[in-house]
Amino acid sequence: MTSLFHTHVSGPFTTIQDKGRFGWVHMGVPVSGAMDDFAYTCANLLVGNRKDLPALEITLSGPELEVLDAADIAVTGADMALTVNGEPAPRWQTIRVHPGDRIAAQMAGSGCRAYLATTGGIRVPKVMGSCSTYAGANIGGLDGRPLRAGDVVERGDGELLGKPRRMPWFPLYSPEIQIRAIPGPQDDFFTESMDRFFETEFTVTDRANRMGYRLEGPVIERDADAPNSIISEASFPGNIQVPPDGQPIILMLEQTIGGYAKIATVITPDLFRVAQAKPGDRIRFHRISLEAAGEIYAQWNELLTELYGFLSPKEKG
Amino acid sequence: MTQETIDNKTDPLYRRFRIRISGDRAMVAEYGDAIDERINEKVRAVTELLRQSTVKGIDLILPSYRSIGICFDPLIISISEIDNLLSGLESGLDTAAIPEARTVEIPVCYGGEHGPDIDFVAEHNGIDPEEVIRIHSAAPYRIFTIGFAPGFFYLGGLDPRLHTPRMETPRAMVPAGSVGIAETQTGAYPIDSPGGWRIIGRTPLRLFDAFRPEPFFYQAGDSIRFMPVSPETYRHIEAGKTP
Repeated sequence: MTSLFHTHVSGPFTTIQDKGRFGWVHMGVPVSGAMDDFAYTCANLLVGNRKDLPALEITLSGPELEVLDAADIAVTGADMALTVNGEPAPRWQTIRVHPGDRIAAQMAGSGCRAYLATTGGIRVPKVMGSCSTYAGANIGGLDGRPLRAGDVVERGDGELLGKPRRMPWFPLYSPEIQIRAIPGPQDDFFTESMDRFFETEFTVTDRANRMGYRLEGPVIERDADAPNSIISEASFPGNIQVPPDGQPIILMLEQTIGGYAKIATVITPDLFRVAQAKPGDRIRFHRISLEAAGEIYAQWNELLTELYGFLSPKEKG
Repeated sequence: MTQETIDNKTDPLYRRFRIRISGDRAMVAEYGDAIDERINEKVRAVTELLRQSTVKGIDLILPSYRSIGICFDPLIISISEIDNLLSGLESGLDTAAIPEARTVEIPVCYGGEHGPDIDFVAEHNGIDPEEVIRIHSAAPYRIFTIGFAPGFFYLGGLDPRLHTPRMETPRAMVPAGSVGIAETQTGAYPIDSPGGWRIIGRTPLRLFDAFRPEPFFYQAGDSIRFMPVSPETYRHIEAGKTP
């Protein structure tokens, strides 16, 4: 364990996240974890880590960090004009940093969340099996809260890489976001408005966080004979719930059960696009069948297996 | 997407569960369409058997009032395979493999600084505060589901003589352990949080402690019985902090 960063500027909401806190949803403790699992996993592999070590999740704007110990880092996800000692530095590849270096990131140009992984992973104690910060109940990460100026961030043990790694490709984030979604679980509440939902454009409001994304657009009405709410049931990431005001909310990672009807659900391969949406971005949903979604899921999984394999070669001794 | 089945409309307990698709890797199995003890007991029993199942590909099991949410890996298991699995579990519902639900006692110091709204609840219902305590602590309440916050239980069966509307302006902070009433429900706050429930008392127990070996000491399907204690007993238990 080594002191890695001294925090000069925290950024508006920088937290420590890993794959998530499993086994407690039935007790009202959400899974949490990295919002954009793809960018998070790549960041870990780019510094030679296992896929699931804790990393910094940086929201909308970057922190300013002083390096205290040599390490490999990789910054993936949103484009926040990363600099090291004032010089532009590349995203989506390994960067070696040294004591005294200053890492800074600005307001996100495209995307919403960046991930900073480091050799050995960010080091904090596990709480209920995970390092993920769940600020709603003050657990995980740094005493359950976001990063603050003055915090010293530590890293675990790990070998520096013999040679840097780089992504063969990486996603671009657009403010015009196309999302595929499967109707349901309560599609039978919205038979009249289903077409309208899939034909129109929604805008991401500033009420968008790790719990969910509140959208603004034409009112999506329930059928006249559909009840106001449902008996609370399990919520899953990507569920698009419609409260009585008709403005949809895409549920993300800090939710367990809920009582609003859900018109449709974002497919897993498109969830990272939601995680990278920011206030003002526009979202359009495209209807897709469960069968088609199954094929896309399998292809997506193949793509990830190949990419993750490429990013974790055996180092020559 | 509903899987249509023909049911007896007069009984809220479905003869066969219904599956709703909740995305490409999640589904919800519904066992009835009411907040009802028999339905909730079935949910609890099936959940227990599902947890003991060794079938691969099920990532997460999330029971609530009348349904079980299941998150799965579609590359390992399909919805129709889960459907078959759930059907198969029905035959084991009477077995000893399902642990008995428990009744968990929660000491509560009613009124005073711990229960600032007890007079309001009493006045609203035309009874005196002593009667509020007597009624509230008389019967055990079933935990129908847990959610909203870690350990926050939704209880059934609040006596209509205690039904009281929420506060018009919620408090900015309700201390952890507070026991309250909102409309037809009673419950307790496991963590400090804003809230509009009418607070009638507080428990000295920590309902949720992430750093205990067992962060929680009850689960859905158990029953909660509130036990009135004096301010002295409250302080005594609080000093020990053991459930």
